[in-house]
Amino acid sequence: MTFPIENKQGFSIVSLKGEVDLNNSPEARKVILNCLKKDKHVMVEMSAVDYIDSSGVASLVEGFQYARSNDLDFGLIGVSDAAMNVLRLARLDQVFHIYASLEDCVNRAS
Amino acid sequence: MPASLHQSQFRRFAENIGSRFAGGVEAFGYGSVLLVESVFWIFAGCWFQQCVRVRSVVEEMMNIGVRAVPVLAILALANGAMMAMQGIATLRDFGAESQVIAGIALSVTREFGVLITGIVVAGRSGSAIAARIGTMQMAQEIDALRVIGVAPVRYLVSPILIAMLVMMPLLTILANAMAIVGGGIFVIADLQVNFSVYLERVFAALTPGDLVQGLVKSLVFGVLITLVASSNGFSATGGAEGLGRATTRSVVLCIGAIVIADMIFTFFLSR
Amino acid sequence: MSALPKHINRSAVMEVENVSTSYGERRILEDVSLSVSEGEIMVIMGGSGSGKSTLLRCLLGLHHPDTGTIRLFGRDIAELSGREWHKLRTKIGVSFQGGALFNSMSVGDNVCMPLREHTRLDERTIRIISRMKLELVDMAAFAHLMPAQLSGGMTKRTALARAIVMDPNILFFDEPSAGLDPIVAADLDKLILQIRDAMGVTIVVVTHELQSAFAIADRITILDHGHILMTGTIDEVRSSDNQRIRNLLQRSSEQEVIDADEYLRRLTEGED
Repeated sequence: MTFPIENKQGFSIVSLKGEVDLNNSPEARKVILNCLKKDKHVMVEMSAVDYIDSSGVASLVEGFQYARSNDLDFGLIGVSDAAMNVLRLARLDQVFHIYASLEDCVNRAS
Repeated sequence: MPASLHQSQFRRFAENIGSRFAGGVEAFGYGSVLLVESVFWIFAGCWFQQCVRVRSVVEEMMNIGVRAVPVLAILALANGAMMAMQGIATLRDFGAESQVIAGIALSVTREFGVLITGIVVAGRSGSAIAARIGTMQMAQEIDALRVIGVAPVRYLVSPILIAMLVMMPLLTILANAMAIVGGGIFVIADLQVNFSVYLERVFAALTPGDLVQGLVKSLVFGVLITLVASSNGFSATGGAEGLGRATTRSVVLCIGAIVIADMIFTFFLSR
Repeated sequence: MSALPKHINRSAVMEVENVSTSYGERRILEDVSLSVSEGEIMVIMGGSGSGKSTLLRCLLGLHHPDTGTIRLFGRDIAELSGREWHKLRTKIGVSFQGGALFNSMSVGDNVCMPLREHTRLDERTIRIISRMKLELVDMAAFAHLMPAQLSGGMTKRTALARAIVMDPNILFFDEPSAGLDPIVAADLDKLILQIRDAMGVTIVVVTHELQSAFAIADRITILDHGHILMTGTIDEVRSSDNQRIRNLLQRSSEQEVIDADEYLRRLTEGED
């Protein structure tokens, strides 16, 4: 499974879908980190995530950490309930920049 | 009544022998299974996503081999020196002191270099391996390995086996060299030859076959120590006391196995 | 409120059917059957010698029962090949009674160990995952310590972190409160409930502690001398009029009630 990247309103948007687990989280990690190397504003779209395991969350953490230390924008948009539960358990909902949608993100930025 | 008492004592004695014999056969069988399993993991482990880790092999090599070097060197040196002393003293009666050099060269490479290596490694690692595996067994760490999905033999025994097969020959070569040097010190002093002449004569007396004989034995000893020590560890029960018992048993059995294997070897190779 | 919380899905994660086993002459388990539903906390309770430890070993595949079948996620574990077991292991977390932490590794490495063995994840990712789990059990500040330096409660929490590091579907817990003082034990019970709620994981706890059982169980199975006396919710167990169960319950508050036959047998039979 590959994770598509779109460009919208100056953001690179990585879409995660379905189950993000041990099988494909290394791929997700690579896509996210590569994206951050090319672009200054990266969002991860997570509305279609049915399940995300610890390795998936760890990949997001790594992306966020990379963005932080390089002064880049990194956020999550439209996080599904299933994914939100996992983030909440790890208390990462208080760490990540989480937006309801891309519009929400743009509005808050301006 | 005395007759039946006698009978029951005899019966108990016979039963005791029987059960010990059965125990011995069982231990032998267990050791063989252990050998097959650890060799299996070495070659097939990667296919099951359970490769034997290079890191743990290196660690075992340090423990078994490198850290044994100082004590082995000293013992081998002393052993060589003793052989020279005894040899010179005995052969002097026949006026054949000069033959002592060939004697040292052959007995060290064929026999004593590898034997002393075996005994040092059995004493150091035979106890350490049994103690480590025994502790893990009692603390349920072996069970934990299994439920995590790690084959305990692959994780614990295979690295030791590889390390033994690499380090035992190297240690044997070291012990050979040290024993010959140790013998040399006395020969030089007593027979007024210089060191290069001594070495020349040592090498003149040796054939490659003598060296190979020692090295092959060292491999067998390595396998024996691995199997005896780890099977004693795996079967350890009964708390700290049991652990002590398993450790002692391990060292005694390791040395016993080595000496007996050595005797069998020598019997066949010296004909 | 209904008897079972709503997160419990009725499909069975684990089924045990007619399992019997013995060591030599001694019967340890006799015709044991039970089933554990998804998301449920099942407590298997019994005193020492009840066979609960052996039952746990059977469930974990460490001991093969003489007869009967055990199904995990619908698959008979006796029929699994080595590779299938290996894969299934990632879905099972186990926290042993004494923790069974690997003594030669730090707390952090202990937690990383299953990931290192089962996955090819990047080392940084593995570190992050293990740190998240250690945060969850409040052990993150101690990742560098060696197991020998830990207190009993810390050991159990580390063992729990290691057990959940692969995000298992089912978590086995052997005597969570044994050897802990009551306050630490209660904290651990709370943590078990928290993890179930957050991860939706099915939990099987084996214990002899009544208090801990009542604190966390959705259902309790009572094992006595290798037989299952009953399986039911806490209320059902409390209101049971089975004399043996009543004895077991009262033992926590009153002095031990002696089973006359059993006691007489213990005094007169058997060899030393």
